Amino acid sequence: MLKVDEKYVAQAQAVPRRSWWPVAGTILFILCAAAFPYFAKAIGDPSLIGLAARIAIYAIAAASLNLILGYGGMISFGHAAYFGMGGYVVGILYNHFASGDPFLGFIPGTNQLLITLPAAIIVSGLLALVLGALSLRTSGVPFIMITLAFAQMLFFLFVSLKAYGGDDGLIVRRRNVLFDLNMADDTTFFYVAVGIAVVYFFVFAKLVRSQFGLILGGIRQNERRMAAIGISTYRYKLVAFVIAGMGAGLAGALMANYSKFVSPDMLHWTKSGDLMIMIIIGGTGTLIGPALGAVVLVGLETFLTSWTEHWKFFLGPVLILIVLFSTGGLMSLFSGWGGKRE
Amino acid sequence: MTLALEQLLNGVQFGIMLFLLAAGLTLIFGIMNVINLAHGSLYMIGAYGAALVAARTGSFVLAILAGLAAAGIAGLLIEFLVIRKLYNRDHLQQVLATFGLILFINEGATILFGRTPLFVSMPPFLSGSVEIIPGIPYPTYRIAIMIVGLLVAGGLYLLVNKTRIGMLVRAGSTHREMVRALGVDIRLLYTIVFGLGALLAGLAGLMAGPLLAVQVGMGEQILILTFVVVVIGGLGSIRGAFYGALIVGITDTMLRAFLPSVFKTFMAASEADALGAGVSSMGIYLVMALVLLIRPQGLFHAQG
Repeated sequence: MLKVDEKYVAQAQAVPRRSWWPVAGTILFILCAAAFPYFAKAIGDPSLIGLAARIAIYAIAAASLNLILGYGGMISFGHAAYFGMGGYVVGILYNHFASGDPFLGFIPGTNQLLITLPAAIIVSGLLALVLGALSLRTSGVPFIMITLAFAQMLFFLFVSLKAYGGDDGLIVRRRNVLFDLNMADDTTFFYVAVGIAVVYFFVFAKLVRSQFGLILGGIRQNERRMAAIGISTYRYKLVAFVIAGMGAGLAGALMANYSKFVSPDMLHWTKSGDLMIMIIIGGTGTLIGPALGAVVLVGLETFLTSWTEHWKFFLGPVLILIVLFSTGGLMSLFSGWGGKRE
Repeated sequence: MTLALEQLLNGVQFGIMLFLLAAGLTLIFGIMNVINLAHGSLYMIGAYGAALVAARTGSFVLAILAGLAAAGIAGLLIEFLVIRKLYNRDHLQQVLATFGLILFINEGATILFGRTPLFVSMPPFLSGSVEIIPGIPYPTYRIAIMIVGLLVAGGLYLLVNKTRIGMLVRAGSTHREMVRALGVDIRLLYTIVFGLGALLAGLAGLMAGPLLAVQVGMGEQILILTFVVVVIGGLGSIRGAFYGALIVGITDTMLRAFLPSVFKTFMAASEADALGAGVSSMGIYLVMALVLLIRPQGLFHAQG
C-alpha cells in the first residue's frame, strides 16, 4: 500500500474552496496602490512613488525566483542573469531604435513597451531554457554552483560587449512608449508597473494552484516519489525554470525602463543574492512573501544608505540571524493569507 | 612557442592556486555537507593579513604567518558562530547565511581598509627569474607558488589517505552516522576540517597578494571560479578538484593570452581585445557546460 502524504492530499483537495481573504486583500491593495501617489505627494515626498515602482518591479523578480526556489525546491543562484537579460533587451532594442540600424542587420529596434516587454520575456525564457536544460542535469549543491557560474558567464559577456556599453552600461534616453501615456512621469510609470505586477501575481497564484504547481510542490517534497508515479520530473522542473526566467525578464525590462539605464550590474551575482534575501525575508514558497521581502529590502536599502553607505555591514548579520532563528519569514505572521507553505 | 610555454606555466600556476581553494571547499562539502560561500572571504582575509603585516614589518616570514593566522582564526570563528548551526539545515539556508557573512566581511574590510587596492611587493629573493629551459626565463615567484601548491597537494593526499584523521575524514564523508556511532567526536573533526580549509584558502590568498591587487571583492571573483573547478572535478573529490583546477587554470590563461590575437586576424584591434577578453572569460563556463553534458556528476565524482 502506497503511503500517501495526508497533508499534501488535503492541500490539493482544499484548493477549490475559496476564502474571501484573497479577494478582499487584492481589492484593498489596488485601492491603496491607486491612492499611494496622492499620499506621497500629500506628505511632500514624491520620490516615494519611484521607490514604490522599484519595489513592484523587484516583487515580480523575487516572485519569479520563488517559483523555482520556494515552490520547486531548486536553489538557483543565478536569477539575476534573466533579470539583466530582460533589461538588456529593452536597452539594445532602444539603442537600435535611436540609431536606426537594425539589430543583427534584420531586427529593427523599437521603443514600444508592448513589443519590448514580450521580447524581453521571450529572450529571457529562451536563455533560461538553455541554461536550465544544462543546470538541471544536476541537483543540490552543484546546481547552486552551476547556476551562479552561468550567470557570471553572462555578466562577463555583457562586460565585454563594447558595442552595448560594456562595463559602463547602456543609457535608455526615454522610457518605452505605451499608447499615449506620459511614461516619463513617475506616477504614470508607477501605475503601469503596479498594474503589471498585479496581473503577474494573479497569474502566478493561478499557476501555483494549478496541477502544474501541485506537481512542482510534489517534486520539491520528494522527487523520487513523483518520478515513481510516472511524472517526468526533469521536464516539469525545466518548464518551471523557464517560466521563472520569463518572469525575471519581465521585471528586468521594467527596471530598464524605470531607471532608463542598463548595465552589467543588473546581472551581478549579488543581485541574485538580493532576490534570494527578499524571498527568505518574506517567506519561501508563499505567494506574497517575495513582495513583502522586496518592500523590506528596497525600503531598508533606501533609508539606510542615507544614513550610512556601509549598510550591508548590518544587513549581513541580520540575514544570518533571520536564517538561523526565523521560520517562514514575514508571511508566517499572517497564516491564512496563502502564507502556509505545506 | 616560448610565449606558449610561459602561458602554459602561468595556467598551471593559476590552477594550483585554484586547487588550494577548491580542495578546502570540496573537503568541507564532502564531510559536512555544507556549502560555504564565505570561503572566498577567507582567501581575502589571508591576503589582507599578509599584505598589512608585510607593509608594516617588511618581513616575509611574518607576513606568511599573519596571513595564515588571520584566515585560520577567521575560519574557526565562522565555524563556531555560524557554520556549526547550519550542518543540519537545508542548502538554501546555508547559502543565505554564508552570503550574509560575505556582506558582513566585505563591508567590514571596506570600512577598515578602504576601497583602494593594496599592492604587495614580492620578497627580494623570489623576485628574480630562473631559466627553466635555457633561454626561457620564468619568474621565480610563480615557480615558488607551484612548488608550495604541489607540496600542499601531496601533503593533503598523504593526510587524507595515510593518516588516522584522513581515515576519519573519508569515513565521515560517506558514512557520517556510522562514524559518530563508533564514538568519534565528529564536531571536533568538523572543526579541524573547516580550519584546514580556511588555512588552505588563506595560503592561496597570501600567495596571490604579490600577483594581484589585494582588494575587497577578490574573494568572490575567485570563489565563482572555484565553483566551476569543483563542478568540473566532481563535488567532494580532492582528486577531481586537482584536475579540475588545472583544466580551469590552463584553459582560462591560454584563452586570455591567445584569443584576442586570434580575433585580431579578422577584426579591428580594439574590438578584438574587448571581445577576446569577454569570450575568453566565458571559456571555462563553456568547458563546464561541456562536462555537464557528458558527465553531470563531474569528471571525478566521489563514490557514495
